[in-house]
Amino acid sequence: MAINWFKYSSPASFYVLAGKMIPLFSIAATILFAVGLYIGFFVAPTDFQQGEAYRIIFIHVPAAWMSMFLYVMMAVWAGIGLAFNTRLSSMMATAIAPTGAMFTFLALWTGAIWGKPMWGTWWVWDARLTSELILLFLYIGFMSLQAAIDDPRRADKAGAVIALVGVVNIPIIYFSVKWWNTLHQGATVSVTSSPKMAATMLTGMLIMSIACWMYAIAVILIRTQTIILERERHTSWVSELKGVSS
Amino acid sequence: MSILQGSELECVRGDRRLFKGVNFSLDAGELLQVHGANGSGKTSLLRMLCGLATPAQGQILWRGTDIHSLKGDYYSEITYLGHLSGVKDDLTAIENLRISSALSGAEIDTEKAHGALRQMGLGGRESLPAKVLSQGQRRRVALSRLLVCGTTLWILDEPLAALDVAAVKLMQSLLEQHLNQGGMVVMTTHQEIDIAAVSTHRLQLN
Amino acid sequence: MSLWVIQRDLLLAMRRRSDVLTTLFFFIIVVSLFPLGVGPEMNMLRTMAPGVVWVAALLASMLSLGRMFSSDYLDGTLEQMLISPQSLSMLVLGKAMAHWLVTGVPLVLMSPVLGIQYDLSTDALLILTASLLLGTPVLSLIGAIGAALTLGLRGGGVLVSLLVLPLYIPVLIFGAGAVEASTAGLGAGAHLSLLGAFLLASLVLSPWATAVSLRISME
Repeated sequence: MAINWFKYSSPASFYVLAGKMIPLFSIAATILFAVGLYIGFFVAPTDFQQGEAYRIIFIHVPAAWMSMFLYVMMAVWAGIGLAFNTRLSSMMATAIAPTGAMFTFLALWTGAIWGKPMWGTWWVWDARLTSELILLFLYIGFMSLQAAIDDPRRADKAGAVIALVGVVNIPIIYFSVKWWNTLHQGATVSVTSSPKMAATMLTGMLIMSIACWMYAIAVILIRTQTIILERERHTSWVSELKGVSS
Repeated sequence: MSILQGSELECVRGDRRLFKGVNFSLDAGELLQVHGANGSGKTSLLRMLCGLATPAQGQILWRGTDIHSLKGDYYSEITYLGHLSGVKDDLTAIENLRISSALSGAEIDTEKAHGALRQMGLGGRESLPAKVLSQGQRRRVALSRLLVCGTTLWILDEPLAALDVAAVKLMQSLLEQHLNQGGMVVMTTHQEIDIAAVSTHRLQLN
Repeated sequence: MSLWVIQRDLLLAMRRRSDVLTTLFFFIIVVSLFPLGVGPEMNMLRTMAPGVVWVAALLASMLSLGRMFSSDYLDGTLEQMLISPQSLSMLVLGKAMAHWLVTGVPLVLMSPVLGIQYDLSTDALLILTASLLLGTPVLSLIGAIGAALTLGLRGGGVLVSLLVLPLYIPVLIFGAGAVEASTAGLGAGAHLSLLGAFLLASLVLSPWATAVSLRISME
């Protein structure tokens, strides 16, 4: 993908390329979600410890993975934009942020729903949940900073700095939260010791993860298209585009 | 090749293009006057010359090298006085001068600072906090830096604003002296001012 | 060197003493409010103390971040700093250090007194002060990045809190954790060493990131 994107690094040609790719990723996402959810709800066996409630992991785990991957991706694109002054990569970073924040929120939400039957409480200050919450704060910080800046180039660059600072800090935050957690809670509650997973569970989860990827890519491409249109609205190729569509 | 050269400079602010295809070159002893209506991008051009802003297109060369790769070597040869004078209300005139000189890499002693302020007509007011000085006097504090900086290229944004007749005369002779010694000046001004220079370039922006 | 920047900022702070005192009083008031909110039960207060003092220190340091660059930005001094032949990172380091001397050090000095309000033991008071001494410069250094990025933005004050508070979390955890570990008899050495490591890392990285941010914000 990255190779293609280098070739299509001008917003105008990327706009066209994205328009072709969006249907593919959307269809793939729909099919994979259907298959993954079917496996998750009907094929995967009931867990002997957690009963039916565990089935939330088919959403929860992929969402948590996505939330972290997307933050790193966002920082990488923003960093490339800052270092090489490539507009398109900065637009990608801006486009990734809301989806990343959405997955982070979804991971927290499903975590709470899962936590209620498992631990009898909506929220525990577990190391992973706490880190996920801080990750949400980092996403919100990135988006608010970009939203507060009127000049798009400054917004791109300032966002890149805060995203990169965040990426440097994420491991530090994660390990400090983990240490804090062990100091305070001991081993009373732990999500880490998950029981051995049945093969169908794993398959379901993998399919759901790929489905999330497809969905994320499709949505990010759509959002990038919108950002391109907004930023390039005064250029000739955009006005020609409107002429075609109207 | 001239010492300072700008080629095909383009400036974009938000959605608006302020100017495009601006070229100029400047050699020792030469003056460049930038003209243009309000909002034509004079200040933006001067900020580009200082390396504070990056042109959307084109480049600025100092002795043949792009100023963005020279950085500190270039900064030690220029003095920039913008709209904002960088004069701190809570500091006295002499503290202001000494600190702004230290900032531009040339620390000066109290005696030299006194001399410069006196020459700018601020004798007796050196120890007053800047907040009790008038607009024109604060401007003089800022301008007194030119007397002690010892740099080659002066980039001045409306240096004559808020100055009285006597101070304008003073600035005129100061600029002439600088140009005579092989210095270079880029300035914007709305006031007509006659400055004897080896050659005076005019740049019209619109 | 950045020494004269520190000198200048201290001189300016001396001429505007009220700004310094506001931050300090904010710190004192926030710490004193907690017992009123949760009740005067001494055992609970004793366990809460490190966290409360540290959170208050975080907030106090953050609230004063706006002043770090904004006056220099408004009067044009910041422009001069960007085109100074001296290294911008060193100037920024000087400004962050001055910020710490003006806002951080008074908090450190005041913290033992506030600890007494919470009935902390002498050992705990000592560790609390030490942890603040190591941790508050980190807050100024990290905060400088946020202050530089939000320069001149509307709502910059609230925005800067969104940006820097998540980054303050490790300092909070190990700062407050140092006191808790020492009261639990585990020894605060590990926590304090980690705070020291944070300080060194932020001394190296933050001025550079702040310098980049300033150039972005001033363009």
